[in-house]
Amino acid sequence: MKLVKNASAVADDWTHVADDDELPEGKAVVVSLARFRADRDKLVGRNAPLGLRLKSNEAPSSVAEDLGRIALVALEFPIFRDGRGYSHAVQLRQRFGFDGEIRAVGDVLWDQIPHMIRCGIDGFEVGDDFPLAAFEEARTVFTRHYQPDVTGQPTILELRHG
Amino acid sequence: MYRYDEFDQQAVDERVAQFRGQVGRRLKGELTEDQFKPLRLMNGLYLQLHAYMLRVAIPYGTLSPRQMRMLAHVARKYDKGYGHFTTRQNIQYNWPRLVDTPDILADLATVEMHGIQTSGNCIRNVTSDPFSGVAAGEVEDPRPWCEIIRQWSSFHPEFSYLPRKFKIAVTGSEHDRAAIKLHDIGIRVVRNAAGETGFEFWIGGGMGRTPIIAKKIRDFVPKADLLDYATACLRVYNELGRRDNIYKARIKILVHEMGLEKYSALVDEEFARSQGTVKLPDAEIARIQAYFAPPAYETLPATSTAFEARRFEDKGFRTFVRTNVHAHKVPGYAIVSVSLKAPGVAPGDASADQMDAVADIAERYSLDELRVTHEQNLVLPNVKLDDLYTVWKQLSAAGLGSANIGLISDIICCPGLDYCDLANARSIPIADELQQRFADLERQYAIGSLKIKMSGCINACGHHHVGHIGILGVDKHGKELYQLQLGGSGAEDASIGQITGAGFPPERIVGAVETVIETYLSLRHGDAETFLDCYRRVGLAPFKAALYEAR
Amino acid sequence: MKVLTANRLDDGAVVYIGKAAPWVEDLASALVAVDVGAEGQLTETAATAVKARLVVGAYLMPVTVEDGRILPASVRERIRAAGPSNRPDLGKQAPAPALPR
Repeated sequence: MKLVKNASAVADDWTHVADDDELPEGKAVVVSLARFRADRDKLVGRNAPLGLRLKSNEAPSSVAEDLGRIALVALEFPIFRDGRGYSHAVQLRQRFGFDGEIRAVGDVLWDQIPHMIRCGIDGFEVGDDFPLAAFEEARTVFTRHYQPDVTGQPTILELRHG
Repeated sequence: MYRYDEFDQQAVDERVAQFRGQVGRRLKGELTEDQFKPLRLMNGLYLQLHAYMLRVAIPYGTLSPRQMRMLAHVARKYDKGYGHFTTRQNIQYNWPRLVDTPDILADLATVEMHGIQTSGNCIRNVTSDPFSGVAAGEVEDPRPWCEIIRQWSSFHPEFSYLPRKFKIAVTGSEHDRAAIKLHDIGIRVVRNAAGETGFEFWIGGGMGRTPIIAKKIRDFVPKADLLDYATACLRVYNELGRRDNIYKARIKILVHEMGLEKYSALVDEEFARSQGTVKLPDAEIARIQAYFAPPAYETLPATSTAFEARRFEDKGFRTFVRTNVHAHKVPGYAIVSVSLKAPGVAPGDASADQMDAVADIAERYSLDELRVTHEQNLVLPNVKLDDLYTVWKQLSAAGLGSANIGLISDIICCPGLDYCDLANARSIPIADELQQRFADLERQYAIGSLKIKMSGCINACGHHHVGHIGILGVDKHGKELYQLQLGGSGAEDASIGQITGAGFPPERIVGAVETVIETYLSLRHGDAETFLDCYRRVGLAPFKAALYEAR
Repeated sequence: MKVLTANRLDDGAVVYIGKAAPWVEDLASALVAVDVGAEGQLTETAATAVKARLVVGAYLMPVTVEDGRILPASVRERIRAAGPSNRPDLGKQAPAPALPR
């Protein structure tokens, strides 16, 4: 597994902690929504960054009040066909103004990366052999877009009228 | 007609390059078939029984002669000399090679065409009334709004992996020729009391395994809100639509299970939050509308003596005019339907030569414009009454003169098991046999307006649920069997047909349809009562009795 | 009795594992598996070919053999083996193009 940000493989400071594992002292952890609900007070009281891992059927709106205490949301893509994560990423950015890392985990395909970036996903956990070229291509495959997105680039509709 | 600007052209060209890369990665083994499949589908490429199949979009059914000639070129160069016009304003090629598809799409891009989102779980090719812009009594030409939706939905980052496919249709007329109530979102262009343009939104219609008529969700969405409101509808669906069962994944099931009120409340909440996000500047609306300005019509008298004389003299022409010629909003002009339902030809199929012929006719006699219909026919939208006779002669010479629009032989029919990987039974041979059985045009006229629609599987591409007479091919213990449905309609009076009972084997289904027809003829109140009206008056029982009790 | 069929990756053509060659277009040249062991061998050959990107969508289809002719059990496979039933001029049933002189 490697973490890719801005088209480069980078060190991952976060530890995914399973629901029944001990929390490692002083380390940035990512926990499931179930663990978060069970241990909320302890987790937000720790002196280390907190990440939340959401399954594709777990909407960010269900933790809206706590998003200010969360520095990373990992969105699970159990299979590439499950596109709920796109809407969840958009909501995190646009509706809740979440400015931490949104990380795609699970079944991420080369050709989905441009869409994911436009929806606000900025971290990707992919297999070690996943080509970085995919991330380079994602920047250039489409020059302009018809829809507004979280990147704030002007749309084609806007560009046409200065 | 709309013309691409540099941005549109660049986006389509970039898509071709992207797909070329994807095909390359597939051939090199960097993509498995499982990974490649959704990518090729989003460019309209299927793998069917005999070969790949490429579905090319004809957005909202509008086509220039130049584009039609390109469709003919693709049929000749990359396929076997013909194409199949579908029930969703697309054309399908049945024999392309995977290795050629990037080149095909590149050729199509030179005439502003593509296969983008003609398949896959995304927003599909937006469809419309084939008489848009020329129909008498239209509120407004819906095509500028279709084009706006086409652009907004193309490569949508959030809505490319929906629970299931998503189809949008738009009409500008009271009389619904776009089947908007059988779409995931159906839109009717309306005007409010203040004379402002807006949209009536219908949600959750569809056919398939569970046919449902759409429900009206909003009476009036102002034009500035069109895309924000659609976004809200899609966002709620993307989050909450079922993903556990492919047969329950369409929005119709979500709206049905949740109830319109609850779904509508969630959409309203989302809309309230996101209103104003998708900017649709007035200048952009005006820019797109300008492309659809009426062409340069001549000022002509409402009648034409030459036309009337020809109609009087020539019985064949008279017959053609009766079924295939429709009222135009401009005096002295007519709308001409070109039937792709000639005997012995699969419904919707056209040869490359026929495509070229109709392109020539459109260029010369229809102000450079063509339409395709969801009923698998073509339309010449702007023909002068004075030219009708010549047009008919030229169409006839190309084998396109069938005078059967709206009659029993004007059958909607999916490709069925002769081509389609999903099909359970053949549909084309049944359509062929029906056309032979009812070949006598006098008899067709006596029967009157009748829509037979046939699908070779439950997915209902042949719209059997909304046929006045619907036929569904199924597989029963390895044998083809045909179920009969009566009383459906895809128009403004939309209804779902009722199944008559046990299905019929291939050798008896055409006889069963004939029994239905004979029963109707014996029950109708005068020649003016159509099959559908008669059925709605008398119900299923007498037809059921005639079909099954005599056995 | 079964025959292993698939579609060729690059052009989508219907192919079968043959008696003499790994992939043949003509059903008459297909290898018929008469027992589970032979079916297993066909499935293995097909899996290798899928990996090698020669074919996609490989599966075993039931057939009968009458007077030495291989006949697919289902309508679907009969149509795949021949071509669209409404267009005898297309598909495998189509007459071979005349050889250039």
